[in-house]
Amino acid sequence: MDWYIILAATIKIVVFVFLVTLPLVAMSVWAERRVSAAIQDRVGPNRVGPAGLLQPVADGIKFLLKEDFTPNHVRKSFYWLAPALTMIPSLLTCAVIPFGSQLFGEKMVIADLDVGPLFVFAVASLTVYGIVLAGWASNSKYPFLGSVRSTSQMISYEISLGLSIVPLLMIYGELNLGRIVMEQAQNGWALLPLWGEGLSVKGWLLAIPLFISFIVFTTSMFAETNRLPFDLPECETELVAGYHTEYSSMKFALFFLGEYAAMIIGSGLAVTLFFGGWSLPFGWLTPESIDAEVPFWHGLIHIGVFFAKVILFIIFFIAVRWTLPRFRYDQLMKLGWVVFFELALANVILTALLLMWLK
Amino acid sequence: MTFLFFIFAALTLIGGIGVVVNRNPVTSAFSMIVSFLGLAALFIQLNAYLVGVLQVLVYAGAIMVLFLFIIMLLDIPKAENKRFPVFTLGASVVVVVSFVTLVITVITKSGVGTAKLPAIEAQKGPGQSDVHQIGELLFSTYWFPVQIVAVLLLVSTVGVVVLSKRELK
Repeated sequence: MDWYIILAATIKIVVFVFLVTLPLVAMSVWAERRVSAAIQDRVGPNRVGPAGLLQPVADGIKFLLKEDFTPNHVRKSFYWLAPALTMIPSLLTCAVIPFGSQLFGEKMVIADLDVGPLFVFAVASLTVYGIVLAGWASNSKYPFLGSVRSTSQMISYEISLGLSIVPLLMIYGELNLGRIVMEQAQNGWALLPLWGEGLSVKGWLLAIPLFISFIVFTTSMFAETNRLPFDLPECETELVAGYHTEYSSMKFALFFLGEYAAMIIGSGLAVTLFFGGWSLPFGWLTPESIDAEVPFWHGLIHIGVFFAKVILFIIFFIAVRWTLPRFRYDQLMKLGWVVFFELALANVILTALLLMWLK
Repeated sequence: MTFLFFIFAALTLIGGIGVVVNRNPVTSAFSMIVSFLGLAALFIQLNAYLVGVLQVLVYAGAIMVLFLFIIMLLDIPKAENKRFPVFTLGASVVVVVSFVTLVITVITKSGVGTAKLPAIEAQKGPGQSDVHQIGELLFSTYWFPVQIVAVLLLVSTVGVVVLSKRELK
């Protein structure tokens, strides 16, 4: 049986991480450019392939073929390590996100851990090293300023990000992402309690803290992935390009891809926690229990539903980027420490009181 | 899966040695992170998922970031090959000898390889993961120590605020 488990895990890793998530990264770069163009009433890249769909391929080839220039004043080994350290943690977090129910009786998650969200936060907190190192190893002032900003921003928002999902974990009493999704599939999504046990006074009252935690979670996610309106680390009007100013060719592309991969995983986590993961609304095609047999085509539909939701969330990310202006740095830190930190804490207490009262 | 144990144990040890041997403080800090990651993997191999993940989340992900941050901000130069005073050398010899004695005593007295600990049932189903077990213990049997630690943390937070605001007066 041992080789069977290893084989199944390998297939899931190869397909989910390398054949789905990485192309999705490339496609979201294309989507970013097209959506931004649409918002600004431009055309955007539409020359390579139908509707410009092959643009990411052209970009990739260009990144690989450009000269890989290493400036003389950098600290070499750390300069080389930094891009890898931004990319790897982002892809590692894929391991615990359930991207479907079952296929051939095999759960569609790479590692069915009982500490799912904690694992995601733990590994995501390692991304900061890539940025710190990039800024320090570049040995010049703008990258260093960018990385200092980024570090303090990511450490600050990590706290509200972690605290924001505590109410959700309290309500479901569960840290296994697969079982959280199952619960939502049967009794209403966290933000849409319209069927099952969710359709009650209790379900609707509990939707209030869940909504607050969704807002805190999403905003902190924007800050964690260094996206506009919180992209101060690479704020081009002040810092040239922030922490990756001194990087060129594929090393620069790795930073770029790491940012988008983090965005996709963030979307996946948000969908899993708040929008019922792979499940369809109103309990359609929902299996009886977590271990029940799922027909093959149901399994396929569930995978499709998950990625459809993730793509919608990515488009939301992109639309926000091109609609809101950038925050000032002190505003950003104040928002994190004074507003969101307290809001997340108060939300935990509110949830506890509600749960005690409704018991 | 014993070979995984050896890989991660080696990783932990190499990281630990790297902290001591390297002259560049940034490299030392990185070796320490590697050591923490190896340790976390060892915990996870023992089915202690929560402890392993917290090791990464708290030590590798938060505390070491601050270490590294301060090393980089202060730009501490590489340690030079300087001669240590006799007193420092003597003190370090005493510390090392007493620590080695302690470790040897613990290992010989504990009966390594013979003692049998009761197996812990983990990962059985909803509400029975190690997170639930640890949480239940912390908030029932050990509620008093938890409260004391919480008060201690609050005191240290207040202390930091007071110390850092002192210049404003």
